[in-house]
Amino acid sequence: MTSTMDLGPLDVAALRKEFPLLQQESHGKRLVYLDSASSSQRPRAVLEAMDHYYETTHANVHRGVYAIAEEATRQFEEARWATGRFIKAPRPATEIVFTKNATEALNLVAHSYGRHLLPAGKAILLTELEHHANLVPWLMLAEERGVELRFLPVGEDYRLDLSELDRLIDGVGLVGVSCMSNVLGTINDLTPIVAAAHAAGAVVVADGSQLVPHRSVDVSALGVDFLAFTSHKMVGPTGIGVLWAREGLLERMPPFLGGGEMIRDVRLDGFIPNDLPWKFEAGTPPIAEAIGLHAAIRFLETVRMERVARHEIELTARAIELLTERHGDDLRIFGPPADPTARGGVLSLGFRDLHAHDLAQVLDAEGVCVRAGHHCAKPLMRRLGVSATARASFYLYTGEDDIEALSDALCAAAAFFG
Amino acid sequence: MAGLEDLYREIILDHYRSPRNRGELPVPPAHRVEGFNPLCGDEVVVYLEVEDGTVADLRISGQGCSISQSSASMMSAAVRGRPVNEARKLIRSFKAMMSIREQSLGGDEGSDAGDGADGADGSDTGERAETVSPEDLGELAALQGVVKFPVRIKCATLSWNALAQGLDEIAAGVPSAS
Repeated sequence: MTSTMDLGPLDVAALRKEFPLLQQESHGKRLVYLDSASSSQRPRAVLEAMDHYYETTHANVHRGVYAIAEEATRQFEEARWATGRFIKAPRPATEIVFTKNATEALNLVAHSYGRHLLPAGKAILLTELEHHANLVPWLMLAEERGVELRFLPVGEDYRLDLSELDRLIDGVGLVGVSCMSNVLGTINDLTPIVAAAHAAGAVVVADGSQLVPHRSVDVSALGVDFLAFTSHKMVGPTGIGVLWAREGLLERMPPFLGGGEMIRDVRLDGFIPNDLPWKFEAGTPPIAEAIGLHAAIRFLETVRMERVARHEIELTARAIELLTERHGDDLRIFGPPADPTARGGVLSLGFRDLHAHDLAQVLDAEGVCVRAGHHCAKPLMRRLGVSATARASFYLYTGEDDIEALSDALCAAAAFFG
Repeated sequence: MAGLEDLYREIILDHYRSPRNRGELPVPPAHRVEGFNPLCGDEVVVYLEVEDGTVADLRISGQGCSISQSSASMMSAAVRGRPVNEARKLIRSFKAMMSIREQSLGGDEGSDAGDGADGADGSDTGERAETVSPEDLGELAALQGVVKFPVRIKCATLSWNALAQGLDEIAAGVPSAS
């Protein structure tokens, strides 16, 4: 990899060469990948780490006494440790639970904590900008147990409106909040929410899916009690997600899924759950995926998250400036203005009166990949008064040339639909 | 722009810009059915009035992309005033036209793009032969290009599934959703 110790701006052209998929063409044009908020691409180092593991080391973990099984176990647990260190978890060995994805991590909390430790009569406070992953598990709990759900609204400035926080937090036992909106790009300031929640005796479940891949995150500084995120949005493989939670909470929580691996002893009349974190990891875990995630974290740490963040902050500001300048009133950006601390590299676009689906279809013909639709946040879309947006999202391999390609493709769409 | 002309035929854009039979009907006597495309958030609402075995009136509301809206508009023009059995035959024919490509892609029949709203499919099977060929579908044949863009098949079939569901519900005496 190039410029490993360089703390200057990212060399996007050199970085992009590390991502095999970004080398190809789409419809005869350079593939312009602007859908990293949905799923990022992965560098060769991640693919090679997984191949190498399968070719030299694979055996089931925590079972065999033979050499390759011990080595597989060691690499799997090392990945857990690296994942914890990446978010500065105080106790990576016990506080990092591997799941299938962030959605499963949030379902784990809803099932285990929500159904067993949320005090009777306590409400749950969510926000209007949650991804369905941090909404539907709580709707299911509410339906099953009659738990009251409340919502922090989104203001006209596309930010959470905290003016009623003190009233809304009263009687709440759990707060679910996204660190960053996958539709608006808004980075939520969790500090006042966490303070109010803890003062009310509530725990805070944060969805870090959009923030962890793009900014340096320190769970202790965030102050939350649970943090869910996913590998495939942070240049790692699909099939593995992460739940971080305070050790004391995980200890009190009953298991989520039952099966092998999560037990210490089983008899015909009962079982004793395993120690943390394996208590929450029933069945053979995603071993190669954990090793791929470790390689992804190494890749990001080598580039340095501070540089990734700075690159995306600058690129987002430049993109808003360039697109606004070139397309003026034809273009609507659903989200806050450029702001280093309060906005990430996600631009939800409306273009003229074109439906997002039609817009994305023309962009695709130009080689530009954007996501069209409701982005798994239907209540937020209703709040915005639109059924769909076309969303362009950035990552460390996104450059100004990609923004220009997007702008050119918007012109092509305008020409095509007249 | 390669390929896009196959999808966005002029007649499709015309129906998108000037949709036919747009509006609502009072419920009852009309029957109301909603169709959602979970992929993109498009929604179409079909208001249906059946009298003496005929689709006496039909209105479309909702919002969505050019494909879902123009397909709904063309559908409304094609079935309004027609006998219910002919409307069913059109539904079968249209869905057959849409599924040609799905099957050749190796998907199971009825999977994926095969359309969740499934009251219609039960009545399909026994009468598979009774369809009209795409050439006889009139301007609806313009939507044939959609099969080259598999993700968009759901857009095109959205209103047709809602219509099929509505006809089934009316036949079964199921009260309308309000």
